[in-house]
Amino acid sequence: MSETLLVASRKGLFTVRQGREKRWSVARAQFLGDHLSLVAADPRSGWWYGAFEHGHFGPKLVRSQDQGETWVETGKPAFPEKPAGSKDLDPVRGTEVEWSVKRVWALEPGGSGQPGRLWLGTIPGGLFRSDDGGDSWSLVRGLWEHEGRKKWFGGGADLPGLHSVCVHPDDPRRVKVAVSCGGVWETRDDGNSWANIGAGMVARYMPPGQQDDPGIQDPHLMVQCGSRPDTLWVQHHNGIFRSTDGAQHWTEIKEAGPSTFGFAVAVHPRQPDTAWFIPAVKDEARYPRDGRLVVTRTRNGGQSFEVLTRGLPQVDAYDLVFRHGFAIDESGDKLAFGSTTGSLYVSSDGGDGWQCVSEHLPPIDSVHFA
Amino acid sequence: MPRVTFTANIQRHLPCPPVDVSGRTVREVLDAVFAQNPLARGYVLDDQGAVRHHMQIFVGGAQVRDRVALSDAVPAGAEVYVMQALSGG
Repeated sequence: MSETLLVASRKGLFTVRQGREKRWSVARAQFLGDHLSLVAADPRSGWWYGAFEHGHFGPKLVRSQDQGETWVETGKPAFPEKPAGSKDLDPVRGTEVEWSVKRVWALEPGGSGQPGRLWLGTIPGGLFRSDDGGDSWSLVRGLWEHEGRKKWFGGGADLPGLHSVCVHPDDPRRVKVAVSCGGVWETRDDGNSWANIGAGMVARYMPPGQQDDPGIQDPHLMVQCGSRPDTLWVQHHNGIFRSTDGAQHWTEIKEAGPSTFGFAVAVHPRQPDTAWFIPAVKDEARYPRDGRLVVTRTRNGGQSFEVLTRGLPQVDAYDLVFRHGFAIDESGDKLAFGSTTGSLYVSSDGGDGWQCVSEHLPPIDSVHFA
Repeated sequence: MPRVTFTANIQRHLPCPPVDVSGRTVREVLDAVFAQNPLARGYVLDDQGAVRHHMQIFVGGAQVRDRVALSDAVPAGAEVYVMQALSGG
């Protein structure tokens, strides 16, 4: 089980460790003052990655090969030169799409037999690939140049964002990505060709007749069960969805405790029917219902949910957990989440009870067990 | 030769000492700087080579007008300052 948790926040990177009496505490603070939008660890190499979102200097990527002792800036994913005269209009605003990375929003290792392979998603919705551990990056043109990409539009951010990458454990040439707002896409040939999949999702922010279009869905986050990769879960802008056929078709889960709205979702690495969510009231009211911070858990594929509260504040709690602010370790027992109000909670028993590590960290964007 | 000086705020991310380079336009001058300091390019320019939204460049005390093609002239001996805007922080 993991004993190290990485926390990327609005004002720095924190390493949190489990120590005496199994209590978690902040062991190290780095990059104080800088905004990190994402943190990740590659279990194949043991390398850690952090993505910066500097307000002035743009997004940057750093890597540590010694568990955070030292960091170096890696290559920066960048779009190729936009062809002169090309029309690439944002469907909402009618303005030209800027081919420039605004935020790193997904970073996922490739398969076990692909050392050095990383997939990286961005705002705007570009997917990039590295085969040297992040030293160099290339745009996955098969997706960016797909005509369907031109229908994508922004959700909470003004521009569309690619935030979820699920690599098939048995065949790493099969990769699924999720985009806000562009739905779910799959390649079976290592990124050369792509198809928009995912029938069954519902976008209630669209007019009747367009709500079931797979190409404009807003999956806030998509996760895949490691040992049963045909089961995937999505926390969508309009609810919770589950697929048992490799993201081809999705079924809505209509009841899940206080609400089915939220951003984050975690799935157990070996139990595909076990998943966790952190609900907020609804899309235009993004705080826990009644000021009670809870985690919901299903163990039966969404037929029923438990509402987990032990160790979580049940009075005047207005924490929101962003899509990358929730993590599960490889054992499936340890979970952690960090909130927009800088609270950090860890569970070592599958969510039954939670330890508050801090209520005073900066707003948290991303947590990841290393 | 023009002298290029970077905002102090960039230095904790990436050392960018003042440098004397040749060039007749902002583009030529910056390309010469980035040839010596390749990582600095991404801090100042976006993926398409335009000045980042919240960065600004001064030549002889005046803000450059062409933030996309960087065609503003740079006189010999001019002072070029690469600064961050007050916005964007």
